Amino acid sequence: MSQVAKTSRSHRRDKQFTKILAHIALVSLSVLFVIPLLWMLSTSLKPIGETLTNPPRWIPSHLLWSNYPDAISFNSKELGYIPLLVYARNTIIVTILSVGGAVLSNSVVAYSFARLKWPGRDLFFGVTLATMMIPFPVVMVPTFALFKWLGWVGTFKPLWVPAFFASAFSIFLLRQFYKTIPMELSEAAKIDGCSEFRIFTDIIVPLSRPALMVIALFTFMGSWNDFLGPLIYLVDQNTFTLSLGLQAYQSQHGGTPFNLLMAASFLVILPVMIVFFLAQKVFIQGIATSGLK
Amino acid sequence: MIRRDARIGILFALPWILGFLIFMTYPLIASLISSFTNFSILRPPKGIGVQNYVELFHDEVFYKSLSNTLLYVVGAVPLTTVCAILLALLLNTKVKGMSIYRTLFFLPTLVPMVALGTLFLWVFNGDYGLFKQAFLKVGVTPPGWLTDPTWSKWTLILISMWGCGQAMVIYLAGLQDVPVSLYEAAELDGAKSFAKTIHVTLPMISPVILFNVVMSIIGSLQVFAVPYVMFPGGAPARSAYFYTSYLYDNAFQYQRMGYASAMGWVLFLITLSLTLIALKLSEKHVHYESN
Repeated sequence: MSQVAKTSRSHRRDKQFTKILAHIALVSLSVLFVIPLLWMLSTSLKPIGETLTNPPRWIPSHLLWSNYPDAISFNSKELGYIPLLVYARNTIIVTILSVGGAVLSNSVVAYSFARLKWPGRDLFFGVTLATMMIPFPVVMVPTFALFKWLGWVGTFKPLWVPAFFASAFSIFLLRQFYKTIPMELSEAAKIDGCSEFRIFTDIIVPLSRPALMVIALFTFMGSWNDFLGPLIYLVDQNTFTLSLGLQAYQSQHGGTPFNLLMAASFLVILPVMIVFFLAQKVFIQGIATSGLK
Repeated sequence: MIRRDARIGILFALPWILGFLIFMTYPLIASLISSFTNFSILRPPKGIGVQNYVELFHDEVFYKSLSNTLLYVVGAVPLTTVCAILLALLLNTKVKGMSIYRTLFFLPTLVPMVALGTLFLWVFNGDYGLFKQAFLKVGVTPPGWLTDPTWSKWTLILISMWGCGQAMVIYLAGLQDVPVSLYEAAELDGAKSFAKTIHVTLPMISPVILFNVVMSIIGSLQVFAVPYVMFPGGAPARSAYFYTSYLYDNAFQYQRMGYASAMGWVLFLITLSLTLIALKLSEKHVHYESN
């Protein structure tokens, strides 16, 4: 009896100890993960003189908020005028169209794979999953040639039109979700004379809002952060997206003051972070389910 | 009736059927065909047989970019995997404030590649960089993170670890699905935390590990944006010049799209073989539940 009590006490102490160790490890590691971002924020609020100090200065002598408007309307002899707001507008247009297209297309396609029967469906689904292994650089050249032939190079179309044709990863994710909705719901509606399209729009879509939200979030992030696409397809500086514009900002070495560059970078990150904090739960769950087969 | 059902099913799947044909099948076949031509946007393609592939085998820059990329994969994949699993294990100890830590670790993955590159140019800056200061403080002269050819790749590998939050979230979900009864059984057998981790936790999440490792290999083989931003032209001494960088330059800087297509197909074959090797090697170690 006393032996049991003793082991359980030492066991509890053991657990307590592990927890304290875990906390210490987690605190120090999270500092490592967050420091670069804090450094970015701190640099973005410094006068230029304080960015070049040894040892580095963490807290600016005064917070120079004007760096932000300065970064937005940046104009210098070496780099010329950098229209950050135009980049932002371009990015928003591309992102909204991509998100709309991805939600529309993936929701119907995944519905077909999850809940409708047609010959070759499962085989085609397997092939669909396998396409995730095709590296983008392999299809990059002919896709470019195709858009060139269509006369779309230099426009936003190559960046958002493909979103309307669904994508393997999103189909996979949504299909998993649709499969958890009981088939009886569809069958009952069918007996009541509902068409397949009505079942989809009136029953399945309202039940799938969280999953559709995940697709929207992933597409938002992918589109907002995309670099290679805009780099290939956009020619004129006035059509650049933020990620491409930001790169142009710093391409001439030493041309841009680092405090303004960090302010501009922070402005690019900010919308993604805001969206993440608003939808944190959905986001984490979505990523989590996507990894599990 | 059955035929009608099939029609509706295919109708719903139509966007992807078209997408699959237009944006996957067509480009895949077209790039195979153009890899046997001297195709460029400026002139009509002419068949030149296997010349592109022959040239690849003698192209020093190709080997340089390939070996850089493979080294990057060998460095980044294990490091990010171990980092992500360790973080997930730590978070899974059910400590207070788990969601806060989870957010902090995940935050870096939200940073766009270009902003990430820009930020780390500043962090690793040779004169005023944060990293340099940290090293000097402990009395070590840091290497030229951005200027020394032997270090530039390691700088990028280090940066890749900063993004392990995404895999961590997936591992964490996997860990939370491990049945508690398994741990209880192990405890009855007298297993300590470490033994439980090795004999219960890791085997139970092995399918998740495999999935993540494969996705990570495929992603790392295509590394492009961060080096493009941080090391223009792959400087110094092309030490940070990667496969996709060279492919991109061939296609869009040198107008050699046939050559770029051949490179694309070689990358595809490398990706396929590495994936198959990973699947084969893992066969004995990955535990799937019997249902």
